[in-house]
Amino acid sequence: MSNELLFQELGLDNQDLKKMLYDMILIRKFEETLKQLYQQGKIHGTMHLCIGQEATAVGACFPLNNEDKITSTHRGHGHSIAKGTDVNKMVAELLGKVTGHCKGKGGSMHIADMKVGNLGANGIVAAGLPLGVGAALTSKMKELGYVVLCFFGDGATNEGAFHESLNLASIWKLPIIFFCENNLYGMSGSIKEMTNIESIAVRGSSYGIPSETINGNNILEVIKATQDAVERAKQGNGPTLIEAETYRWEGHSRSDARKYRTREEEKEWKKAKDPIDAFKEILVSNNVINENEFIELNEKAQNQMKEAVEYAEKSDDPSLDTLMTDIYA
Amino acid sequence: MREISYSEAIKEAMTQVMREDNDVFIMGEDIGVYGGAFGVTSGMIDEFGPERVRITPISEAAISGCAVGSAMTGMRPILEIQFSDFVVIAMDNIVNQAAKMRYMFGGKAKVPMVVRLPAGSGAGFAAQHSQSLEAWMTHIPGLKVVQPSNAYDAKGLLKAAIKDDNPVLFYEHKMLYNLKGDVPEESYEIPLGVADIKREGKDITIIATGMMVNHAVEAAQKLEQEGIDVEVIDPRTLVPLDEKAILESVKKTGRVLVVYEAVKRGGFGTEIVSLIAESDAFDYLDAPILRLGGVEAPIPYNPKLEKAAIPQVSDIYQKCLELMNK
Repeated sequence: MSNELLFQELGLDNQDLKKMLYDMILIRKFEETLKQLYQQGKIHGTMHLCIGQEATAVGACFPLNNEDKITSTHRGHGHSIAKGTDVNKMVAELLGKVTGHCKGKGGSMHIADMKVGNLGANGIVAAGLPLGVGAALTSKMKELGYVVLCFFGDGATNEGAFHESLNLASIWKLPIIFFCENNLYGMSGSIKEMTNIESIAVRGSSYGIPSETINGNNILEVIKATQDAVERAKQGNGPTLIEAETYRWEGHSRSDARKYRTREEEKEWKKAKDPIDAFKEILVSNNVINENEFIELNEKAQNQMKEAVEYAEKSDDPSLDTLMTDIYA
Repeated sequence: MREISYSEAIKEAMTQVMREDNDVFIMGEDIGVYGGAFGVTSGMIDEFGPERVRITPISEAAISGCAVGSAMTGMRPILEIQFSDFVVIAMDNIVNQAAKMRYMFGGKAKVPMVVRLPAGSGAGFAAQHSQSLEAWMTHIPGLKVVQPSNAYDAKGLLKAAIKDDNPVLFYEHKMLYNLKGDVPEESYEIPLGVADIKREGKDITIIATGMMVNHAVEAAQKLEQEGIDVEVIDPRTLVPLDEKAILESVKKTGRVLVVYEAVKRGGFGTEIVSLIAESDAFDYLDAPILRLGGVEAPIPYNPKLEKAAIPQVSDIYQKCLELMNK
C-alpha cells in the first residue's frame, strides 16, 4: 500500500501527521535537554532516556483519547509527552520542584497525570501491567468505554506479573492493550540471552490473546497495530499483545557504559533506523512537509524545551512541611 | 441483641456496604460458589453475581495489582487473600504500588482498597499457612493495618476500612471465625485509630492484639481470683495507633504486659513497648514492661508444639503474677 493510501486508511490528515512528527521531535529534544541538565549537575538521582523509541510512544498513544489510560515504565518520558502530559511540569518534576507533576516527590520514574489518563510511570519492572488490568476492569464494570494501554519492555515479559496479567485480562476479556517496546535489552541483559523464543509476541498465544510483532520504529505500523487493538478492545473482544521492535540509543541509565553491546550495532540503529528520520522521509516524499518545515519543527521543539527549563528553574523547591503530606488520603 | 460469628459479621459488613455502593466489589480465589477458603463469602455471589463477587485465578501478583489499578480509577475493591501468608506473593503491589502511589504522585491518586487476610495459628496448617506478619505492613507508610479481635469490632472496623480512601490491610484471625458475639444488625462503623478497653482494671495493663485479646481477657478473669485487677486494651488498629488510650492506661496501672501472637522479635508489640518507653508514661511504671510473643521458630505442625509456639492463657496468667512481684 502506498503511504498516501495508508494515511487514508489510518484516518490521518496532514495536521495529525505534523503533530505526530512534532511530538516525536519534542520527545527527543526533551531527552537531550535532560541529558545536558544532568551533566550540568542540575538533576540528581538517575533517569532513563528513551531516545530512539519516539515512534512507539507517539504511535501507540495517537489512537487513544483523553479518557483512555496508559501505564508506563521507568523509561516513561516519551509516553507521558505522547499522552499529553505538560512538559513544563515534567521538567520541573525532574528538577524536584514544587511545580512538578508530583510536587517534586516523584521524580523521573513516578510522573503521572490523571487528567490525560496517564496512570503513571513505574520504578518496578512489569508492575504497570496488573495496574492496567485493574484500570481496564474499572472501565468494564462501570461501562466507561475507555481502553488501557500498558507500556513495558522486553525485560518485563520474564516477570510473573506479565504472565498473570495477560491471563487475567484474557479470561475477563478486558479492554486492554499490552504494548511491549522490545528494545533488545533489559538493562544489560539481551533478549537473546534472557529468552529462548523467536519473538515475544508468541507469549500472547498461551493466553488466547491476539498478538503481533511490528517494526516499532515505523510510526505508521505502530498506529495501525494500536488502532486495531483499540477497536478490538472497544468492541468487547478483549486484550491484544503488540511487540514493537525498537532500540534505545542511550544506555539503561546515566551510569551505563554499554559494554554489553557493540558500537556497530548502535550505529546501525542510529543511522539506518532512526524513527524520526524515517517518518520525516515519508512525509517529505508525500509532500506533507518540506525540509524547511522540518527545521522549523525542530526549532519550535527546542524553544519549547528552553521555556520548560526556564519554567522549572524559576520554580521553588517544595517546602519542608510537604514532607509529611500526601501520605494518606 | 442477636449473636453472630466473626465470619458472619465480616460478611454482613461487606454485604451492607455493597448494597449501598456499587463501586465496592470483592475478588479473590474461590470466593464464589465455594464461599472462600473459610466460607466468609458464602452465598454472596447469589446476591451480587459474578461481576461483583469476582473469582480469580491463583495469581496473587496480578489480582493485587488489579485491585490497586481498579482502586485508583474509581472502584473500591475488597481483595481476599486466601491465607495471609500468600500476601508475600502480592507484596510488590501492596508495598511498592498501593502504599506509595499517593505520595509519589504528589497527592494526585488515591487507592481505596481493602485486603482481607486470614492469619494466625491454631488450626494445624503449619508454617506456610499460620503466620502473623502484620508488623511487616505497619512498617510501610501509606498503609493502614486493622486487627479485630471479636465479631462486633470486625463488622464495624471492616465497614470503616472499606469506606476509607487508603489501602487497608485487614487481618482476620482464623481461629476467631466461628467465635460468636453480640453484633447489631444495623449498619455501624468503628473508626480506625480508636482503641477499646476490653476490661477495666487498676493493677496491670495488658495491651494485646488480635486473638491474644481474648486470651488476655480470660487470663484477667482468673487473675481476679488472685486479687489482681487487670485492664485489657485492644488497639484494634495498629495503623493508625491509638497511642493516647494505651498511655493513659499505663499511667493508671503502672504495670504493663504486651501480648501478641507474632514472633516476639520485631513483632508489633515491640513497637508498643517502645512507645511507652519513649513517653511520659515511663515515669509511672512500677516495674519493667514485659512482653509475650510467639517463639522465634516457624509455626510447627504437631498440635502440642503449635500450642507452645504462641502465648496461651496460662502464659499470660503467669506473666502477670511475675509482673506483680517485680
